[in-house]
Amino acid sequence: MKYTGNVIKYGDNVDTDVIIPARYLNTSEHSELAAHCMEDLDKTFVSRVKPGDIIAAGQNFGCGSSREHAPIAIKASGISLVIAKSFARIFYRNAINIGLAIVECPEAAEALSEGDTVEADLDNGIIRDLTTGKEFSVEPFPEFVQKIIENGGLVQSISNGVIK
Amino acid sequence: MGMTMTQKILAAHSGKESVSAGQLILADLDLVLGNDITSPVAIKEFTKLGKDSVFDKNKITMVMDHFAPNKDIKAAEQCKMCRDFCGDMDITHFYDVGKMGIEHALLPEKGLVTAGNVVIGADSHTCTYGALGAFSTGVGSTDMACGMAVGKAWFKVPGAIKFNLTGSLRKYVSGKDVILHIIGMIGVDGALYRSMEFTGEGLSSLSMSDRLCIANMAIEAGAKNGIFEVDDITLDYIREHGGSGPVIYKADDDAVYDQVINIDLSEIEPTVSFPHLPENAKTFGEFGEIPIDQVVIGSCTNGRLEDLEIAAEIMKGKKCADGVRVIIIPATQQIYLDAMEKGLLKIFIESGAVVSTPTCGPCLGGYMGILADGERAVTTTNRNFVGRMGHTGSEVYLASPATAAASAVTGKISSPWEVMGK
Repeated sequence: MKYTGNVIKYGDNVDTDVIIPARYLNTSEHSELAAHCMEDLDKTFVSRVKPGDIIAAGQNFGCGSSREHAPIAIKASGISLVIAKSFARIFYRNAINIGLAIVECPEAAEALSEGDTVEADLDNGIIRDLTTGKEFSVEPFPEFVQKIIENGGLVQSISNGVIK
Repeated sequence: MGMTMTQKILAAHSGKESVSAGQLILADLDLVLGNDITSPVAIKEFTKLGKDSVFDKNKITMVMDHFAPNKDIKAAEQCKMCRDFCGDMDITHFYDVGKMGIEHALLPEKGLVTAGNVVIGADSHTCTYGALGAFSTGVGSTDMACGMAVGKAWFKVPGAIKFNLTGSLRKYVSGKDVILHIIGMIGVDGALYRSMEFTGEGLSSLSMSDRLCIANMAIEAGAKNGIFEVDDITLDYIREHGGSGPVIYKADDDAVYDQVINIDLSEIEPTVSFPHLPENAKTFGEFGEIPIDQVVIGSCTNGRLEDLEIAAEIMKGKKCADGVRVIIIPATQQIYLDAMEKGLLKIFIESGAVVSTPTCGPCLGGYMGILADGERAVTTTNRNFVGRMGHTGSEVYLASPATAAASAVTGKISSPWEVMGK
């Protein structure tokens, strides 16, 4: 799993209400959700995000509600990977379950700057900041979780008989 | 090695003699929950699985509570999708307008959860049922879909923080003040990925409403679940509400905890969490006069009968302050009926408050009390993030029903002790 994109940087405790405000939860259409992604935190996000871009954020990213609409909105907006110091647990499992790549790396999350070009090679556990030349190592996913991701998410894992 | 309450329940539901923190397990589910916001996404995922039936029609429940009674056409379409699915799958526990209540008040009231259960719900406040001695946690819609299909979910076994409670709460102080105090102490990620386990001699002074409220907000400290040791108060509640046979899991004496925190309940004061994080907890004396525009008393956190009773006691014979809109939302039809029979609704209406049908509505900025730019609300809900109840320029202050009621009559954030005496 390799991802390359430019960094969009946020702080600590980015909650699901700002990722996708509840007033838009009367739909589950991915494109509609993406159109309002990050709206209450960063009104410029939707206009400046490019396919492949990478979010780098602080602690407890995705805290708050269980709405799967949050990782769906991020993924549908074109973000390829979220790097954070830590993730709220429901967001973490939702992201895995829908196939949005996420990785915990406090050092990278701290050091990466807005606009840096980043290459993440999660198979080998390396994040490279191509703008500054810095490198960071990350823990691989547990095998069980890796299986879910390799099978394209939880629904596919059940369809493929990986989880019975 | 000893196990925590949570670890024992997870071991029993995954066919293992013991489990330890960090282990990945596949657990059998006793109940799978969804609401009108999260279920439509789950139904779409369920359809992809190509299954023509659910794992057990009696172990799935859908509650139309967030944007119901339907707030707009899109909300109506979402509720219709849930209604049709539950009809097609012959789901026993489908709760629509007229029967529904706010899910986390409704399920315990209907006896759908009992001690020792494993419950997942596509709603973050599913952790509420830990008050009944169940392992109960919020998940997303895909987990809900797969739970409906196979009756299982994967979990990473959590470590735990033990809260040893002593003493008893003072008058007009409730479970809400306890949990706001705790979140203020450990922070919004203070229990991240872990269980919050509540035990100690202080438990005996906490009502089920207090416990349900405390467990409900475990998620606001980042916890996977909150859970209370089962005692006679729990067992009486389960029996009175027709719950099935409880199975009691007590933590081993040598259970391993990441941290033990002692809380003397008699020291807890009325507490308010300031915008825009639940961890911004303050007690009276730490802030000056803060005028308000709206009060909301309700939600899965504090819409139970006991919450309405204490609010009515404070508001009785008084008028809501000029310029303050006061919205009272009984959490279920039964609570609504009980509040009516006890004369609480009359007290609220005579004081100038409105009483709404059960709904999550304003808590998540859905409808039924949205705030304008610059407006300020004292609410008994659970989150005060930016824009949570409306405009991003509005502010939500989290408090107990007693503090919210006191604030309703004074028009500023007020301690119930200030209005009623200690």
